[in-house]
Amino acid sequence: MEFGAVFSHRDQTVNAVVAEIEKKITKAFEVFDRESNKTVDVREIGCIIRSLGCFPNEAEVQELLDQVNIEVEDPSGFVHLDKFLPVMTKVLLDERFQPIPEDVLLHAFESLKGYLLRQNVILCCFSGEPFTQEEMEDMLNVAVDPETNILHYRDYLPKLVID
Amino acid sequence: MEKVTTNLGLSKSASWGSVAAILIQKWYRFTMARLEMRRRYSLSIFQSIEYADEQDQLILVSSQAKLELWWKTANQNGLVSQIFTSPSAPQVVDEGLCLKEFEKKIDVPDSYYGPRLSFPLTAEDANALLHAFRNEQLLHARYVLQLLSETRRVLKEMPNITHLSTSYSKEITVCGDLHGNLDDLLLIFYKNGLPSEQNRYVFNGDFVDRGKNSMEILIILFAFLLIYPNDLHLNRGNHEDYIMNLRYGFTKEVSKKYKDHWKQILCLLRDVFSWLPLATIIDSKVLILHGGISDTTDLDFLNALERNKVRDRTDVGIILFSLKNSAYIHERKKETQDLHILDILWSDPRSQNGCTPNKCRGGGCYFGPDVTAKLFARYNLKMLIRSHEFKPEGYEISHDGKVITIFSASNYYEEGSNRGAYIKLNPELTPRFVQYQVSKFTRRKNLVGTIESAALKSLREKIYAHRSELTSAFAQYDTNGTGRISVNDWAEAMESVLQLELPWRMLRPQLVQMNPDGEVDFMSCFYDLKMGQPTKEAQPALAETLCRYRKDLEIIFNIIDKDHSGLISFEEFSQTWRLFTSHLGIEVEDDSIDKLVLSIDYNKDGHIDFNEFLEAFHVVHRLEKKANS
Repeated sequence: MEFGAVFSHRDQTVNAVVAEIEKKITKAFEVFDRESNKTVDVREIGCIIRSLGCFPNEAEVQELLDQVNIEVEDPSGFVHLDKFLPVMTKVLLDERFQPIPEDVLLHAFESLKGYLLRQNVILCCFSGEPFTQEEMEDMLNVAVDPETNILHYRDYLPKLVID
Repeated sequence: MEKVTTNLGLSKSASWGSVAAILIQKWYRFTMARLEMRRRYSLSIFQSIEYADEQDQLILVSSQAKLELWWKTANQNGLVSQIFTSPSAPQVVDEGLCLKEFEKKIDVPDSYYGPRLSFPLTAEDANALLHAFRNEQLLHARYVLQLLSETRRVLKEMPNITHLSTSYSKEITVCGDLHGNLDDLLLIFYKNGLPSEQNRYVFNGDFVDRGKNSMEILIILFAFLLIYPNDLHLNRGNHEDYIMNLRYGFTKEVSKKYKDHWKQILCLLRDVFSWLPLATIIDSKVLILHGGISDTTDLDFLNALERNKVRDRTDVGIILFSLKNSAYIHERKKETQDLHILDILWSDPRSQNGCTPNKCRGGGCYFGPDVTAKLFARYNLKMLIRSHEFKPEGYEISHDGKVITIFSASNYYEEGSNRGAYIKLNPELTPRFVQYQVSKFTRRKNLVGTIESAALKSLREKIYAHRSELTSAFAQYDTNGTGRISVNDWAEAMESVLQLELPWRMLRPQLVQMNPDGEVDFMSCFYDLKMGQPTKEAQPALAETLCRYRKDLEIIFNIIDKDHSGLISFEEFSQTWRLFTSHLGIEVEDDSIDKLVLSIDYNKDGHIDFNEFLEAFHVVHRLEKKANS
C-alpha cells in the first residue's frame, strides 16, 4: 500500500509537469497560429522550437519535422498542433537541444582567428548549415562594423546572448 | 527563402571551422527566433487591447435587465433625452448654406499663406493642397467648409453601391485603412500616381482616427472626388462615425486645428459621412466594402436602403449590446437597415464555417468560407475585397483566394510594426499587391525593442487599471499568504481578470518578478506604475475605476456637453457618475465623487472642465516620470 501511495503521488507530479509543458508549448504555438485554427506554417516551426528555449541546428529541426510527418518541400505545408504537441513535449521532457554555453561560443569565434573580416564572415556563412540570403544580410548588417569591415566578435557576442 | 548553396573552398582547417560555424549559426538562429517571437506577441498585445477597447466602448449595458434599469433611472433624471439625442447637422450648419454663404460669413485674412481654393476645383487646387500638407500647413476653415458642403452635394447623387467597369482604363487601384497616416497616402500617390481619368482609385474606408492627419487625408480625398467624380471612389468605414471619432482621436484633432470653426466642421462632416457610399462593385464580379458580409447580406436591399438615415452607432450599439446575451442577435431581421450596415462595416472573415456574432468587436459577425461561397453564388461574384483588419504584411488572402484584406496604414501601432499595401486590379481582375513601409529600418533588433516596449506599456496600463481585481484574484491562489504563487496560477489569474488571450508565460519576465524557487511575486507587477496627479482625496478603488473607464466617461461627458464648451455642470457630472457606477455595480460612497471633484475643481465656479478632471487619472509610468523631471 505504501508503494502504491508513493507511485500515485509521483504520477501526479509527473502529470502536473507534463500538463505545464503542454500548456507552454500550446501558448507558443498560438502566437504563430494566424487563423486561430491550431495550424502554423511549417516554416515557422524552427522559430517556435527555439522560442521554447531549445537550441537545435537545422538538421535537428528537420528530424523533428520528420517525426511530425511533414514534408518541408511542400511550401503550403501546415503543421497541426495535435501532431506537434507530443513530439515537442518529449523534447522538453528529455531536455534535448540545450543551449551551448557562452564560453563555447566565444571559443568558436576565437578559433576562426581573432577578429573576422567581412569576407571571412561570408565564408563562415557558407559552411556548416549555410545561412539563407536574408539571414546573411541580417547578420552582416548587425555584426560587421561598416567602416572597418570587421566583426569584433567580443562586441557581437553579448548581442547574440543577452535577451 | 532560397538557400545559398555556393560552395567556396575553405582554406582554413575545414572541420573545426565548420563546427565553429555551426555553433555561431545555431546561436544566431536562436536569437532571431526569440526576436521574432517578441515581435509577434507585441503585435498581438496591441491587437487584443485594441479590440477589447472597441468592445468596451459601449459596454454600458450588458444585459436586458440592466438596460431597462438604466433607461428607467435615466428617464427619471431627465438625462435620457440629453444623452441619447445626438445633435443633428441642420441645427448648426444649415442645409441651405452654400459656397457663397461661407464666403460671406468667414473671412480669410491676407496673412494666410495656405492654399486658396476656387470652385469648381481643378488639378491645380489638388496640387496646391498636396504641397501645403507636405509642408504641414493647414487649410483655412472657410475652404474646409466649402469643400465639405460641395462634397456632400456630390455624394448625395451617388447610389449606395457604385458600379465600375475596367473596360476603358488600365488598372484600378484599391486602398485600405489609412487612419490619419498622411505619409502613407503621399507615398501611395508617389509610387502609383495621382488619381485621374487614367488612374482610378477606390479607397475602402477608415480614413480617419488614430493618426494625426485625418483632416488632411479627408481634404485630399474629397478634393480629388470633386475633380474626378467618376475616377475616385470612397467607401464608408466603421470609423466614419461620430462616436468612434470622439473616442479615437479625430474629434480632438479637428478641435485643435480649427479652434474657431471645429463645431461647424464636425457637424457638416457627420452629414458627409452619412452620405458616403457603402460599397463598390467592379465588372459585376469584385465586391469592395470595408468590413465584410453576413449570412443575411442582401445586395439589393443594401442598394435600396436610405444610407444617410442610419442612426449613429451609439444608438444602435447600445440597443444591441444590451441584448448581447439574449437571443436577439440570432433573430436579426433582413429589413433592419442598421444591422445590415453594421454587418458591412464591422464583420471579419474566419476560416471556420458559419456566421457567428463578432464578440471581439461587438458588432457585425465572423463569416466563414461557406457564407462567402453562398453570397458569390447568389450574385455571381468572383472576389471580395475588404479592409478593417490590421495585417503585418499589409494584405492577406483568405477563404481559398476569394477574400482579400487590404490594409494601407503602415507602422500602424508603432514605427516598424507593419507594412501597408494596395491592390492593382487589371481588366482580367487578377490582383497584384504593392507593399510599402514609410520608414526604413536596418537594425531589426532595435526595432523589435521599440515595438515591444510600446506594447508592454499599453499592457501595463491595463494591469494598473485592474489592480484591485487582480490583487483579489492572486490572493485566491495564495492560500498561505506568502505573496507568491506559481507561474501557472499567475497566468490563469491574469487571463481571467483582463480577458486578453496573450502568451502570459512568455510575457512574465517583463511584467512581474520571480524568486529563485520559480514562484511569482505577484504584487511586483504594480511597482513601477502610479497615477498621474496626486489624488489624496480619492479612495484607491475609486481612482482605479476612473482610470479604467476614463475613455468611456470621456465619451459620455462629450455627449452631455451639447454646446461643446468642455464644461459640464456639477449636477450633471454627479448624476452621470451615479448612474454609471450604479449600473456597473461599483460601490462608492455617496459623496466620495463630490469630494473628489471639489478637490480638483480648479475653476471653482460650479462647472467642471471634464478633460482636466480625467487627465488626473491618466496612468503614468514611474520610469517615464523620472526621465521627464
